Amino acid sequence: MLVLEKRPSPSRFWQYATPVLAVVLTMLAGGLLFAALGKDPFVAIRTIFWDPLFGEFAFYLRGQLLVKAGPLILIAVGLSLGFRAGIWNIGAEGQYIMGAIFGAGVGLAVFPTESRWIFPVMIVAGAFGGWLWSMIPAILKTRFNTNEILVSLMLVYVAQTILSKAATGFLRNPQGMGFPGSRNFSTYPAARNVELIAGSGMHWGVVAAFIAVIAAYVLLQRHMLGFQIKLAGQAPRAARFAGVQPTRLVVMCMGISGALAGLAGIFEVSGPAGQISIDFASGYGFTAIIVAFLGRLNPLGILLAGLVMALTYVGGEMASTNLGLPSAAIQAFQGMLLFFLLAVDLLSNYRIRLMTGRAA
Amino acid sequence: MTNELLRISGVTKAYPGVIANSDVSFSIAKGEIHALLGENGAGKSTLVKMIYGLVKPDSGTLHLHGQPYAPTRPSAARNAGVAMVFQHFSLFEALNVAENVALGMENPPPMRALAQKIRAVSEDYGLPLDPSRMVGDLSAGERQRVEIIRCLLQDPKLLIMDEPTSVLTPQEVEILFQTLRQLSAEGTAILYISHKLEEIRALCDEATILRRGKVVGTCTPRDVSARDMAEMMVGAVLTPPARAARKDWGDPQAALEVSGLSLASPIPFGTSLKDISFSVQRGEILGIAGVAGNGQDELLLALSGELRSAPDMVKCHGKPIGEAPPNARRAMGFVAAPEDRLGHAAAPDMSLVENALLSGAVRKDLTRNGFIDWAKTKVWAEEVVAQYDVRTPGTWVAARALSGGNLQKFLMGRELSQAPEVVIINQPTWGVDAAAAAFIRQEILNRAQDGAAVVVISQDLDDLLEVSDRFAALNEGRLTPTRPTEGLTVDEIGLMMGGAHGMEVAHHG
Repeated sequence: MLVLEKRPSPSRFWQYATPVLAVVLTMLAGGLLFAALGKDPFVAIRTIFWDPLFGEFAFYLRGQLLVKAGPLILIAVGLSLGFRAGIWNIGAEGQYIMGAIFGAGVGLAVFPTESRWIFPVMIVAGAFGGWLWSMIPAILKTRFNTNEILVSLMLVYVAQTILSKAATGFLRNPQGMGFPGSRNFSTYPAARNVELIAGSGMHWGVVAAFIAVIAAYVLLQRHMLGFQIKLAGQAPRAARFAGVQPTRLVVMCMGISGALAGLAGIFEVSGPAGQISIDFASGYGFTAIIVAFLGRLNPLGILLAGLVMALTYVGGEMASTNLGLPSAAIQAFQGMLLFFLLAVDLLSNYRIRLMTGRAA
Repeated sequence: MTNELLRISGVTKAYPGVIANSDVSFSIAKGEIHALLGENGAGKSTLVKMIYGLVKPDSGTLHLHGQPYAPTRPSAARNAGVAMVFQHFSLFEALNVAENVALGMENPPPMRALAQKIRAVSEDYGLPLDPSRMVGDLSAGERQRVEIIRCLLQDPKLLIMDEPTSVLTPQEVEILFQTLRQLSAEGTAILYISHKLEEIRALCDEATILRRGKVVGTCTPRDVSARDMAEMMVGAVLTPPARAARKDWGDPQAALEVSGLSLASPIPFGTSLKDISFSVQRGEILGIAGVAGNGQDELLLALSGELRSAPDMVKCHGKPIGEAPPNARRAMGFVAAPEDRLGHAAAPDMSLVENALLSGAVRKDLTRNGFIDWAKTKVWAEEVVAQYDVRTPGTWVAARALSGGNLQKFLMGRELSQAPEVVIINQPTWGVDAAAAAFIRQEILNRAQDGAAVVVISQDLDDLLEVSDRFAALNEGRLTPTRPTEGLTVDEIGLMMGGAHGMEVAHHG
C-alpha cells in the first residue's frame, strides 16, 4: 500500500525537480496522445523539443523562441506576484489586449509625426491600459468583496469585443481599403518596436521581460513588499499581525500584473504583430498562467519556463505544419504540462512510502 | 483473575528524528484513576493514541482484561471499551448536542431516544446538559460535557482524558472531579493526562511520570508533594521567579488605557467585547484570566491593532490610538503575542529568520527604504534562539518544524527582546516545560522592571498569580473590575471567571 507522509519541511530537491519531472511526464503522455493520433511519437516529440533549437530551420526558429518567450515571461512574472499572495488574476489576456489598444491608440493618433518620444509614450500608455483594466477586478474586490477570478476572467471577453471594435472601427487603417486591422507599425519608424539584433528575435519587450525577472527577484528576496506578498499568501492571519493591509496588497498585485500584461501587449502590437487586428489576442495571457506555475512562481524559474513554453509553441507549429498534427493536440499537450506539474507538486510537501502489507 | 484492566509492556514508538516512547510499561487497575504526568513533548499523547488505536507501536504489547489488545482504529478501541476525551473538541458548532453525539456513533438510535439517554446520563453523573442546545452557544466547559457524555454512552471500561481542565474554571474542575470519582467508584478506570500537579494530587490514585519518552517514576500522588512530582517530571530543581519591588516611574498617565471598548468579533462564533475598561501604568503587570473563548483573542486583536476601534477606546500615554494599525503601534512601543502560534503569530512554512522579521521589522529597524537587511535579521534571530534556549538545528528551519514549546519560546523571545514599552501577551507559557515557563515569566517581570506596561492574558492561573500586580477576568466579553493580585484566593478568582456558569448545585441534588 502506498502512503503519503507529510514532510517536516518542504523538500528543496523536489521543489527544483518537480518542473523537470512534469516536462518528462508531459513528453511521455504527449507521445501516447500523438501515437493515438497515428503519428510517430518520437518524431513528434523531436519536432517540438529538438528541431527548433538544432534542426534544419533552427537559424530562423531560435529567433522565434525569444519572440514567443518575451510576452509569456513578462506576463507570468506579474501574475506570479499576485499568485504568491493568493490573489488570482486570471484575466491577463484582457489586460494584454487593453495594453495593446491603449499603446497603439497613442501611436496611431499622432501618425505620421516623427519624434523619439512617441515610442516611450506608447509604452507608458500600454502599461496604463493594462493597469486600468486590472483595477476593475481589484476595486470590485476590495470594495464589494467580489471574486477577482471571475471578474478578471469575464473582462477578457469584454476586452476581446473592444479589440474587434478597434480593428474594424475606431483604429482601422483609413488607407486599408476597408479591410479590418490598423495601420502597420512596421511602416511607422517612430512607433516601431525594432528587432535589436537581427535574427535573434530580441526586441524591447524581451529586454523588458529580463528586467522584470530581475526586478521581481530582488523584490521577492530583498524588499518588504515581496516579503508581505509571500506572507499574505502563506499565512493571511500572520500577515495581518505583521501589519500587511490586504486591500493595499490586492491593488498592488493586480496593478503590477495588469501593467506588465499591458506592456507585453504594446510591445507585441508594435513589434512582432505589427498591427491591431481581430486575431491579435493569441492566448499569451492564459498560457502565462501555466508558465508562472511551471516556474514555481519564482522569477528565475519563470524565465526558464517561458523558454520551454515558447519551445512548445514554435515546435508545436512545426509539428502541425510538417506532421499534420491538429493544433488542438498541441494545446492539449501544453495543458498537460500544468496538469502534471500540479500533480507532482505533491512530492515537495509529501513523501510517498511503500507500506509493507500487514494484517489490519 | 487479577484486578488488572490494562497492561502496557515495553512499548516503543519512534518518529523520524524523535523517539516518542521508549520501553514504556505500566498497568491500570479496574476503577483506578491513573495519572499520566509529564511535560509537553514527554510522550503522553503518543502513548494514549496507541491505547486509542490512532497510532501503532513499533514494538511492545498491550493487554486489556488479560487479552492481547492491538486496536488498529479508534472504533476497535471503542468496541473494546476504551473511550477518550480529547483536549481539542471535535464538535460541530452549527449542530445541537444530540446531533453531535449521534455523529460519533456507528448506529445512532432515533433522535428522541438519544436525547432521552443523554438527559439520563447527564443527570446520573451531575453534568447538566440540554440535548437540544446548539453547540455553538455552549461554553467550553459545557462542550467538554458533550464529549464526556458521548463517551459515557458507550459504557466504557477505560476513559482517557487529555488535559481536561485547561478550559475549566476552578469550580467546574471540582464538578468534573466529582463526576470522575463517581465513575471510578462504579468501576470505570480513568487515565488522566495532565501537567497540573495539584489536580493530580486531589484526584488520582496512582501516577506514572514520563520524561523524554521514558517512564522515570511512579508514585501515589497523595503521599508526595507537588514539588517532588514537578522535579521528577522536569528532572531538575526548580526556582520560582524572583520579583523586585516596583519602581515608581513618576508618570501620572497610564501607558495603556482602555475605556469603554466594545467591538464585534471578526471570528465566526467569536465573543464580542463589551464595554471593557482598564489601565496599566509603566512597570505594572495586569493579569487577565478567563476560560478560553471569552474574548481573549478579540482583546488581543484590539490591542495589537489588527482590529481597529474608535480612537478614544484605546490610549497610549493619553494619545488616542484606537484606529492605529499594528505597525504604527509597534513604532510607539507595542509588542503583541497572539495565542495561536502557527498561522497567526508565525507563518508555518517560513524560516525562523523570516518569522523574526514578521513582527520585528519596525522596532528592530531591520529595513532600509523598504529593503530588508537579512544579515541583521539573522543575527537577531540567532540571539533570540540562543537567549531563549530554542532547540533548533538553525534559524533557517521552517517554524512548523519546531515543537510547540520551542516555537513558543522563540515567539516569546521575539516579542520580549524588542525593548517594548507596552507588552500584550496571550498565553505566555502555553506548551512549554516548567523550566522554560519559569524563564518566560522571569523575562516578563524583567520587562516590567525596565518600565514596560504589561498585559498578560492567560488561562493558566499560575502564570497570572506569579507575575501580575493586578488581576481581572474576562467573562463572555466583559472584564471584571481589576483587583490587586496579592491576597486573592482561588475561590475568588473562580467567581471572577464566571464561577461554574450557574451549575454549582449540580452535585447536591
